[in-house]
Amino acid sequence: MDNNLKREIILDNYQDPMNKGLIGDSGYLRANASSENCIDNLDFMMKLNKNVIEDIRFDGEACAISTSATSIMIRSLIRKTITEAKDILFEYQNMINEQDYDSKKLGELCVYDDICKQPNRKNCALLPARAIIEILEEFEKKQQN
Amino acid sequence: MIFLNREDFPMLSQDIVYFDNGATTLKPRCVVDSMIKYYTAHTSNIHRGDYDAAILTNELYDDTRSVIKDFIHCDSPKEVVFTSGTTASINMVVFGYVKNHLKKGDEVLLTKAEHASNVLPWIKLSEEIGIKVKYMDLDSNYHLTLENVSRSITDKTKVISIAHVTNVVGDVRDIEAIGRICRQKEILFCVDGAQSVPHMNVDFKKCNIDFLSFSGHKMLGPTGIGVLVGRYPLLEDMEPIFYGGGMNQSFESDGSYELKKAPFKLEAGTPAIAEVIGLREAIKYLQNIGMDNIQNYERKLKQYMVSELEKIENIIIYNKNTDSGILAFNIDGIFAQESSIYLNHYHIYVRAGNHCTKMLKDDMKVKNTVRVSLYFYNTKEDVDKLISILKNSKDIFKVVI
Repeated sequence: MDNNLKREIILDNYQDPMNKGLIGDSGYLRANASSENCIDNLDFMMKLNKNVIEDIRFDGEACAISTSATSIMIRSLIRKTITEAKDILFEYQNMINEQDYDSKKLGELCVYDDICKQPNRKNCALLPARAIIEILEEFEKKQQN
Repeated sequence: MIFLNREDFPMLSQDIVYFDNGATTLKPRCVVDSMIKYYTAHTSNIHRGDYDAAILTNELYDDTRSVIKDFIHCDSPKEVVFTSGTTASINMVVFGYVKNHLKKGDEVLLTKAEHASNVLPWIKLSEEIGIKVKYMDLDSNYHLTLENVSRSITDKTKVISIAHVTNVVGDVRDIEAIGRICRQKEILFCVDGAQSVPHMNVDFKKCNIDFLSFSGHKMLGPTGIGVLVGRYPLLEDMEPIFYGGGMNQSFESDGSYELKKAPFKLEAGTPAIAEVIGLREAIKYLQNIGMDNIQNYERKLKQYMVSELEKIENIIIYNKNTDSGILAFNIDGIFAQESSIYLNHYHIYVRAGNHCTKMLKDDMKVKNTVRVSLYFYNTKEDVDKLISILKNSKDIFKVVI
């Protein structure tokens, strides 16, 4: 993907992110993700119905990379099953961490495919994935009990 | 102009502008050399050896207390306790002294501009013994006025603990006047000197300070070494947090023991010897330049920086009227971290964040800022570079993304 197009997608999602703002609904599971190395600090909430993600919302203070990655991730994950979502997040983490990955599964998330050139930004890109996985695992644990 | 040898600072041989002195400062070669010499030429523990290396180490270590006494204007080298840093010093005051002298309902006055290390120990103590932590009001510039200090004091006020210079706003508190009020009203006066001692003359005695805390690494010295200066009767009355070697006179199998006198009873275990020696060298370096010279130079450089920043339309400055070398700003509409990443692209090192003063956001209505914190080795050219980069910040996202 052309660098200008990547920047445009990132900026669009930073300046007008999807589902920013939390709501008071007890049917959601919640998680916070913050970073030791920077000042990103985001709260997440997710609604699951059986094994399907119905909604993800977020709020907080974060940089362009964290915020845009959250927005694109939310768009990619809503209406996916837990298995599908985990698969996407797994490939995404591989991409950020410079491992082999399947770009076909990632769609727009591929805009971060060379974020590793800015090592201090890797954590920013990974931050929403960390929170979303935490919620998914919490949900699965509850299902098992 | 200040006498300054930039070659003394190896980091400055790189093409960088170092503006993060509130976090930590660069080290002159003499500081590093003194530590290397200890590690390569006279390694030895203190107070235990009769051999030449140990005698030299002892001399340097003990002399550091005298150097600090002269630097900070306290009564005696015995009032100087070595700690690991400001955080450790304040925790020693809170849990080693105040805990044993206050009771439920007694009040401790802080401000919302304090660093975490001058807030959390007090909150923890309030959980433990039921003291009440109160915050003195700040004025519209986030400064602490004498009126607000006086207004906050009640019959129950037993301690005032404040930074001399706050680390985001950078206002210089009138600790001489506040110290006078504390002495009159018999209030314990604790001063966090982490952001002031490196930059200006601080007079422990004249300001009626009871406990003064500061860190070595913010004043050209190594990390891992800090100082607590305390009035001697208070130090004698302080309970050690740590027990072990070096702090006891004797101990017997029947459980009886006798501790050394302060400051030694407060320094259990082998101390950070190399760091003490490095700190000694750092203070001598600062004394050689002169603390008043440093303060005046930084003030002028900050005034110049503010006057230039004000010419840039989209820069919001939060503390242009303060008297220290600390400046907090944002590029309008840009998250502070993007700004610091942008500046790093041009090798300008600043800090973005809330700078460990998480309560100040309530008053300032802004959570995160970019902080430039100056030191005497910064130059007008450094400031000019910052200004020219900020003037071109319209393209910031082309640089940071």
